This record gives sequence, C-alpha cells and structure tokens, in this order.
Amino acid sequence: MVHASFDRARKIGAGPDALNIFLHADEDASAEEAASMAERIQGAADIGILAGVPVAVKDNIATLGLPTTCASKILAGYSSPFEATAITRLRANGALIVAKTNMDEFAMGSSTENSAFGPTRNPHDVRCVAGGSSGGSAAAVAAGITPIALGSETGGSVRQPAAFCGVVGVKPTYGRVSRYGLVAFASSLDQIGVVGRTVDDAALGLESIAGFDKMDSTSSDADVPIYRLSALGKPAPKARNPDTEAMRIGRSPVPLPPPPDANTLAGVVIGKPKEYFPETLDPNISELCDRALDRFRSMGATIRDVSLPRSPLAIPVYYILAPAEASSNLARFDGVRYGLRVDSGKGLKSMYEATRSQGFGPEVTRRILLGTYVLSAGYYDAYYKKAQAVRTLIADDFRAVFNSGVHAIFTPTTPTPAFQVGAISDPYEMYLNDIFTVTANLAGVPAISVPIGRVRGLPAGGQIITGHFDEYNMFRVAYALEAGLGAEAHR
Amino acid sequence: MAVTREDVLHIADLARLGVDSARADELTRELSAILAHMEVLSQVDTNQVTLTAGVGAGGTPLRPDDREPPLMEGVLESFAPAMRDGFFIVPRLSTHEDPAEAGA
Repeated sequence: MVHASFDRARKIGAGPDALNIFLHADEDASAEEAASMAERIQGAADIGILAGVPVAVKDNIATLGLPTTCASKILAGYSSPFEATAITRLRANGALIVAKTNMDEFAMGSSTENSAFGPTRNPHDVRCVAGGSSGGSAAAVAAGITPIALGSETGGSVRQPAAFCGVVGVKPTYGRVSRYGLVAFASSLDQIGVVGRTVDDAALGLESIAGFDKMDSTSSDADVPIYRLSALGKPAPKARNPDTEAMRIGRSPVPLPPPPDANTLAGVVIGKPKEYFPETLDPNISELCDRALDRFRSMGATIRDVSLPRSPLAIPVYYILAPAEASSNLARFDGVRYGLRVDSGKGLKSMYEATRSQGFGPEVTRRILLGTYVLSAGYYDAYYKKAQAVRTLIADDFRAVFNSGVHAIFTPTTPTPAFQVGAISDPYEMYLNDIFTVTANLAGVPAISVPIGRVRGLPAGGQIITGHFDEYNMFRVAYALEAGLGAEAHR
Repeated sequence: MAVTREDVLHIADLARLGVDSARADELTRELSAILAHMEVLSQVDTNQVTLTAGVGAGGTPLRPDDREPPLMEGVLESFAPAMRDGFFIVPRLSTHEDPAEAGA
C-alpha cells in the first residue's frame, strides 16, 4: 500500500512542479515500516484499526523520521526530537506515516498560497487553490494518495480545504484530541483534525487519535465512543500489546451504540441558521444546501429555522484573538533555538529582527504585528478584551440553540467553491473564506464538512455542527447525508 | 482606529521584526484596513459578559505538577552542537565571545 501511495503520487504529479502536495516524504523508510507492519499482521500480533494504512500529516504536527517545518523558511530543515501524541496513537493503531503535507505557513491562511514552498493546487482543477491551511492534506486525500490525512484547525483549516477538494474534513471538540506536538498558532483555538475520503474514513481517523493525554493540559478525559458505522458487528481487535494499548487511552470500554441505519434520521432535529444563508451567498451553493436539507427531511429529520445572531461578528473576533495568541506563540522562533539564524553582526536584537523578518513570510509578519498591536498598552481593552467578551456571546448562541432541542446545525462550509491561485490579494477578503467555519472554533464545538455536490465543476461542502463532545451525533448526521446524496455528492 | 507609521515601527520593535521603510508604509495601510473591520465590535454591549479565554469544557483542569519528561528520539546531547552543565550551548553570535572559551 505504501508503494501504491507513492506510485499514485508520482502518477498524479504530487511534486513541487505540479500539485505540490508533499513537503517531505521518504519512500524507503515508509517501505521498511510497512514491511515491519506486514510481519505484525502475519504474526497476528497487535495490529490496530489502521494496520498498514498510509496516512499523510500536515507539516505542523511533530513526527519522528520526517522534518517538521510548518512550511516556513524559519524552520527549514528542522526535525522534532519528539513526536505528537496524535502521531504516536496513529502508529499504535498500525498507521504508516508516509509524508508531511504542504500548508499555509504556520497554518495562517485559507489557500495554502502562504506556504514558503509554493501553493498546493486543487486536484479537481490545477488552476485553483486547494484551500487552507491544510491544503496539502486535503489534496493528498482528494488525489487518492492516502485515504486519511491529518490537518489542523484554528479557524476552519481542515473543513475549508476539505470542501474545496471534495473530501470529508472533521474538526473535533476543543480538548478531544491532544495538541501535544502540534506547533502552536493560537492555543485556545488549535485542534488537530482529520481529512478522509469518506465519513467512515474520517471517523476511523478521529477515533484513532482522540482521547485524554496528560501532556496537554487542555485535553479532556471524556470517553471516546466508537464513531464508525463500519465497526458495527465487528469483533474488537485481539492480542493487544499492553505498550500500544496504553496509547489507545480514551476509548470507551462500552461504546455508545452506533446508529442502526445510515438512512434514517428519525427524531433528529437539524437547525438551519439564517445568518449562514445570507442573500449574498452563491446561489449554486444555496441550491446544494437546499438539496441536502431535503435529503435530511426525507430521512425523517425535522428542519428548524434557528438564529446564531452573533456569528457575523466572528471574523473580527477571530482576527483579533488568533493573531494575539500567535504573536506570543511565535516569539520562540528567534534564531537561537530553532532553524534559521541570520547573524547581521550587530548584536542580539539585530539578529532576532533579521532572522524573524527573513524567516517569516508576509502573512505571518502581518498577523504577528496585528497581534502585538491589539495586545499593546492602550489597545488591549478596545480590541483583545472586547473580542474575548464577544467570543463568549458567540459560544452562548450555540449553547442556546443546542439547549432548545436542536441536535445538529447545518450550514454551507464555504461561501464559494475554490478560487483561482492568485485571485485574492486583499488580506481581509481572504479572511472572509472562514466566515462559516470560524464560529465552531471560537465556541469549541465539533464540526464536519461533507461533499454536497459541485458548482461550476468544483466541489462544495456542507457543514454539520453539534454540541461539545457530541461527535457521535455529528457523525450520525454526516453518515446520513453521505448516504442520502450518494453519487450526487460529487456531481 | 487608523494605525500610524510610528505605531507599526513601535510594534515591529516590540515583536522583534525588522521592517524596512517601504514595508512599514504597506503594513500601515494593511493593518489600518484590517482594524477598520474590527470597529463593529465596539457597538456590542459586553458589560455583563464574562470573558472567554478558552473553551475547554469546565475550564482547564488542575493537576499535580509532576509532568514527566517527553519521550525524546535521542539523548538530549544529540540535539545541540554542545552542552555544558546540563545546558545547551547554542551557536555564538559574531559579536559575542565564544562561550566555550569564555567558560574555559
């Protein structure tokens, strides 16, 4: 399977002169790892639920054996001395980490155009972006190179590229997946997420990495149910090795019963928030959402009009809070401890400034400065403190809707399909790509993007949002949508 | 609230980012344009609102301060050019004296 992944990557042109999906890969090392996995399988040893499955990983998640550069010149050539908990869990479940994927530098962007190593292109139309910031991970899955890839979310960076590339992208509840080993961008928002070919692949991937981790103080010890419909009726894996079993912490010993049938949503109430269907929404996206809502109805769900009145404030809130946290988190990249150093021969402060100005790209520089500004004396109350308060109101809106008996909220994932490389140059216009996704990050709730059809030949996604730690219902509705649309989801 | 060129140079200094004159002008325009979109927040009444610094269910849990060291791929010494007394000796700046010689 590893060679099949690399063969597919070569065939489709995943290299830097074409789709530009991978930043780092080592076929020989991956093949060796696969051979060792084959021995485990032959010996009926503890093989895990991802035994032999090749997985691509966004380049801001620390991996042993492959560099971790966050697609930034300032970390060029950097290899982490330790591994992210999510990666350790993938390996414990038998996955093979085959490549690190391209991304917007330090996950700051919505198109992967901010990568220091060039943009990733959309496998459905190479003139278009793959979305971002996890564009390489979404493109790897869409191109059929790996069935599952890890990405990271701060404001929609898994769901938006998944929608642009016609695959499934899930952001779990804040605290569901350990952030240990994820290079910090905005710590109160960051979460590792999963891209999959199908809802079942995404469920499998999330189930493999979720659960409590003592190395992340914001990690939750809530049980992780089995999310997969495909696990129905299958016996639990046997002959587990206690060492790898320890990495599967968080799995509920008595999983919640999976939904009995992907084709029924009887008794499920789905909210349609008016703020996510503005008059300015691309009418083609709107039509696809209406079709999806019709399918929900035909499966027995009730569709209820709801309101999330403070959601239109989410972009200003996000672009104050995330840069503020980034300005602090990225202070560590100073030419002393990591990667690049530019020694101008004028002393320490001058070295810091030269290293950071040459190491960071324009968007990262812009956000560090924006964050420093909103945290600086005289502006802290007006911007940062205010944004924290409005974030509370946005989270309250979600709480109110879910407390009113709504099980899931349905919205478009993005206001438009993928745009052409270079089409958006205004920073704020680019930020508006996150308008439907960023609220879930601010509220800390889980959300998934599922393909719902095509607009002008390009994929579009529908988003399902549920309450804190209710990934179970999120997957239930996602499975139903996928089953209800069938092949129409991709045309 | 429009950002001035002096603001940009000041925050660039705080953030330890070298910004040349032409880039300072660009950043002044860009940051002013972005912050203009944030003004909408000033219209929201938040007097009675508790600030949200994080969204973990039940807040960040407390735990004993006994974190174990991370599992490293190799011994600590393999990640730096040199060590002394348990500390990394990082590559010296051209304007600084050699720490190895200074400590000799």
